[in-house]
Amino acid sequence: MKQHKWGLIILGLAIFAIAVTFPFWYGKGKSTPPVLSLETPEIAGLARKECIEDKAFMRADHMKLLKAWRDEAVREGKRVYTARDGRTFEKSLTGSCLRCHSNKEQFCDRCHTYVGAAPSCFDCHIVPGEVKK
Amino acid sequence: MKSRQTIVIALLAVSAIALAAAAAAASKTAGLVLTLVAPYLVLAVFLLGMVYRVIRWAKAPVPFRIPTTCGQEKSLPWIQNNPVENPAGPLGAIGRMAGEVFLFRSLFRNAQTEIVDGRQVFGSAKGLWFFGLMFHVSLLAVALRHLRFFTEPVVPFVTGLSALDGFLEIGVPALYISDMTLLAGLAFLFLRRAVLPQVRYISLFADYFALILIAAVAATGLLMRHFFPVDLNAVKTLAMGWVTFAPVAPVDAGFLFYLHLCLVFVLIAWLPFGKLSHMAGIFLSPTRNLINNSRRRRHLNAWNAPVKVHSYEEYEDEFRNKMKAAGLPVEKE
Repeated sequence: MKQHKWGLIILGLAIFAIAVTFPFWYGKGKSTPPVLSLETPEIAGLARKECIEDKAFMRADHMKLLKAWRDEAVREGKRVYTARDGRTFEKSLTGSCLRCHSNKEQFCDRCHTYVGAAPSCFDCHIVPGEVKK
Repeated sequence: MKSRQTIVIALLAVSAIALAAAAAAASKTAGLVLTLVAPYLVLAVFLLGMVYRVIRWAKAPVPFRIPTTCGQEKSLPWIQNNPVENPAGPLGAIGRMAGEVFLFRSLFRNAQTEIVDGRQVFGSAKGLWFFGLMFHVSLLAVALRHLRFFTEPVVPFVTGLSALDGFLEIGVPALYISDMTLLAGLAFLFLRRAVLPQVRYISLFADYFALILIAAVAATGLLMRHFFPVDLNAVKTLAMGWVTFAPVAPVDAGFLFYLHLCLVFVLIAWLPFGKLSHMAGIFLSPTRNLINNSRRRRHLNAWNAPVKVHSYEEYEDEFRNKMKAAGLPVEKE
């Protein structure tokens, strides 16, 4: 054992160092933050290019909004959303959100894939026009 | 010192870290130090500290075989031996270590004695084994799940682990099972120290500090996930900045994120120097990792100091004439 001792110690330390520095060599030192695409025919045809709420709110709270919509629409039957500026929208992922943002792969997925978020929206909902791969 | 005082001091120590986080959130310079300089410093301290600790342990002389065994040693061919609990070769020792590292074998053997109706009774005590293992596995799962912030594209294994961890789909975002089991494990380990008089008696500041620090890390993490969501995009961009050696300070990450970061940095930087270095120490425990062959091989202490001996032969050679003159018997004439 004594003669193998330092070999084993160095092996163990090497495994430790490689494991701890894993993120440094895994991505080969490159990273590109996601860029979202708003280029869909529906958005191009809009007179006023604004989502149902302002951009900062949508960025930070869209998940809370969608969760509230789910509960209100499915469990309470309230299907109309009144935005803070008074406009009304149907509480529908497919009918409202995806009508404009029809490019799920260039819009929803970019951030979700980047941060490894796994929203369960599309476990049930379909994406119109998406071909099953 | 009274245990209550020790717990309060440990709580204060963790609160002091919270003050540092508040400074980072309030002052731009402190925020920059925390997000741009501290990560590399902490990683260097962790890596070099661990290497230093391991090398220091490795240098300690272990001249004799001192495994604590609990199985029949290998001896005569007709006596059945237990190759894992009392390893006779390297494979057995590796198996024993694997059982120790992955399953906490020695804790599984914990027993307790109690006096019931004036009689001493023995029973098994699997609580520490169960909650200890649960806590460690949960902590590993939590650490691995965090790789989603440090790898791009996210390692498929990490995505799979997160999906499995959140498969109960309780709430949005999904509650992770490992987060709950981590808290349950921590609660058990803390209450064990705080409630059982025997364990309370031997508990020191570092014991409470480690548990409270990890609990604070977990609590801030859970708050950020379920109650006060942080901008994950900003968090990942920051983490990827560290990893690609081009860190960019986040515009406004919020107090909770800074607090989480501060606590984690203190935890990681402290790891090599406190009791938490058992993550490396377990591999270097002579009572666990040695092969028990004391009765088949002679182990000499290589560090024995040279002892000057004066044998009887030499003694007689020196005093033969005087011994003869005094009429004492000698072996050689």
